[in-house]
Amino acid sequence: MSPAATSPLVEALDAQAVALAATGGAATPALAHARTTAREAALAHGVPTTRSERWKYTALRALAARRFEAPAGRPAVDLKVVADIPTPRLVIANGRYAPALSDLHALPEGLRVRLLSEVLRDAPAEAAAWLATETRHDDAAFQQWNGALADEGFVLEVEPGVRVATPLHLVVIGVEDGADRAFHLRHRIALGAGAALTVAKHHLGAGAHRHLLNTVLHVELGEGATLTQARVQREADGATLIQRTQATLGTNAHYRRLDLELGGALSRHELDVALAGDGAQLDANGVLLADGRRHLDTRLGIEHRAGNTRCELTWRGLGAQRGRAVFHGGILIAEGADGSNATLSNKNLLLDDGAEIDTQPVLVIHADDVQAAHGATVGRLDATALFYLRARGVPLAEATAMLTAAFLREPLAVLGNEALETALATTLDARLAAAASTRA
Amino acid sequence: MLKIDNLHVRAGSREILKGLTLEVAPGQVHAIMGPNGAGKSTLGHILAGREGYEITEGSVTYQGKDLLALEPEERAAEGVFLAFQYPVEIPGVNNTYFLRAALNAQRKHRGEPEIDSMGFLKLVRQKLSVLHIKDELLNRAVNVGFSGGEKKRNEIFQLAVLEPTLAILDETDSGLDIDALKLVAEGVNLMRSPERSFLVVTHYQRLLDYIKPDVVHVLADGRIVQSGGPELALELEQRGYAWVKDRIAPGATA
Repeated sequence: MSPAATSPLVEALDAQAVALAATGGAATPALAHARTTAREAALAHGVPTTRSERWKYTALRALAARRFEAPAGRPAVDLKVVADIPTPRLVIANGRYAPALSDLHALPEGLRVRLLSEVLRDAPAEAAAWLATETRHDDAAFQQWNGALADEGFVLEVEPGVRVATPLHLVVIGVEDGADRAFHLRHRIALGAGAALTVAKHHLGAGAHRHLLNTVLHVELGEGATLTQARVQREADGATLIQRTQATLGTNAHYRRLDLELGGALSRHELDVALAGDGAQLDANGVLLADGRRHLDTRLGIEHRAGNTRCELTWRGLGAQRGRAVFHGGILIAEGADGSNATLSNKNLLLDDGAEIDTQPVLVIHADDVQAAHGATVGRLDATALFYLRARGVPLAEATAMLTAAFLREPLAVLGNEALETALATTLDARLAAAASTRA
Repeated sequence: MLKIDNLHVRAGSREILKGLTLEVAPGQVHAIMGPNGAGKSTLGHILAGREGYEITEGSVTYQGKDLLALEPEERAAEGVFLAFQYPVEIPGVNNTYFLRAALNAQRKHRGEPEIDSMGFLKLVRQKLSVLHIKDELLNRAVNVGFSGGEKKRNEIFQLAVLEPTLAILDETDSGLDIDALKLVAEGVNLMRSPERSFLVVTHYQRLLDYIKPDVVHVLADGRIVQSGGPELALELEQRGYAWVKDRIAPGATA
């Protein structure tokens, strides 16, 4: 067993796994097998260290030294916390479904919504298959722990040919309740051939908690399916979020997504997308707003596995105060993925000397007739533009805010949904205003 | 209105202005002409408050205040406007939003109430109709996707909305065809008033056919080497800047 297995974090998570097994968390042999396999793999991996290339810029030493408790029932949450989030809305608070905060009145036709807890109870074999999903990486301890421990999540399925117009809002809230807890959520979004869905996911914090949220999301898009997904992470300043998204796109499927990383103490997101069918397309944009002492790490792993697949990735980062933004844009164009097209842009603003940006675009091409472009920059605000605004009378602080907002808003256009885009721009602006006031 | 006295300016190790003296009275239009590299654009930048220059000697007094002690935004609020030779493209910042923010920041500085979006739109429409500027430019990002002529007209449009007391036009004629030049000049002429002064910086006499100056100065090698009436511009046009350079040679070596 790895020496890392002795860390307080691993001990705490393993205690959770033992407790889950004892309380009948594994209803069938298949599920029990999936849980056990995942737990053993997690113990064998240990907590990733910066010696691993995939974790080079994100040290987990402090996290490994911490203990977390298991979820403890439904916390009390004021409805005001979710008041600005439209319906239909599904809410998980501290790892537990919160019906009082959810509102499924206007749930669109053709969209099947379940909770992972229901699937574990009613269709354990189905759940076992998801939990046992192989990972491509050998340092996926958190994903393995998720397999061993995930007991809640959103499971969304759209029948073939059904195009759901109304956006569905998913909310995950961390609530201060006197303990540091670890939650393991496993979500799944599956769209049949020709289906369409728009989902907005919100990570919120209620109170100054320091929980650990470990999430795995599976996305499966059938032929010609379209998923539009926004994810807005504005968790409490003490929160730790580890998320893996694993998406597989079929022929001519289209995955549009936007990630706004605006909160938390540490937020790591691995976005792995396999463009598996001919003509599959990914437009994934995002913003990393690393101010305060925030550490935001986004790692893209895009694989073009079929011909004429496309990806377009526009990411903007901001480093202020003692914040740190880490971005890895990995694109692999596999043998046979001829005629593919990949574009990656990662531009970053470094506002303060104490902040840090680490950006690394990596493009590997094994196919022919490929168009690929990538670029990464780290810089300060354009001095000429700043002077132009000031020369017209806009005060320095306001001019700085104006240019910063303009810079960070660029990725938002990806969703192709004006109402959602406007709402997210407002969220981003409010967050920037708060950031500016703490810097002033 | 504006009094520049023995101004010496350095950029890095190079001395650009070497004792420039100039006085502009309210309502006057002064043209500053001169060969490339004479320091014309530097003068505009210095007056607007651009960083990167070191003032080693001399002073600039504007309406009795030490202009050089003010931040760029304070100068703007006090009524100083620089029409840029190269208007800056600012992706993501809406032209109308920017201009309203600028106007309201200036009004706030002067203790005047802010203008709401309805009031601002009314003001803008009124200015646009006089300047023959297309509405669509308003909803674009600042100068992004504008033609050269549109950029220069956008500067004059901003001038019209902000109504400064001292407007400095930095080679506003450069890169304009004759039609665009006439439109820009017309915009400037509409803005002339007994309370508003202009400093028109240009390389060519052409612009001065349309904006009639009260005084013409020749700037060469960092100082004013000759001042006169509008006829000086015509003389320069005929004889070229070499003539001026010859005239200053003895003084420059002193």
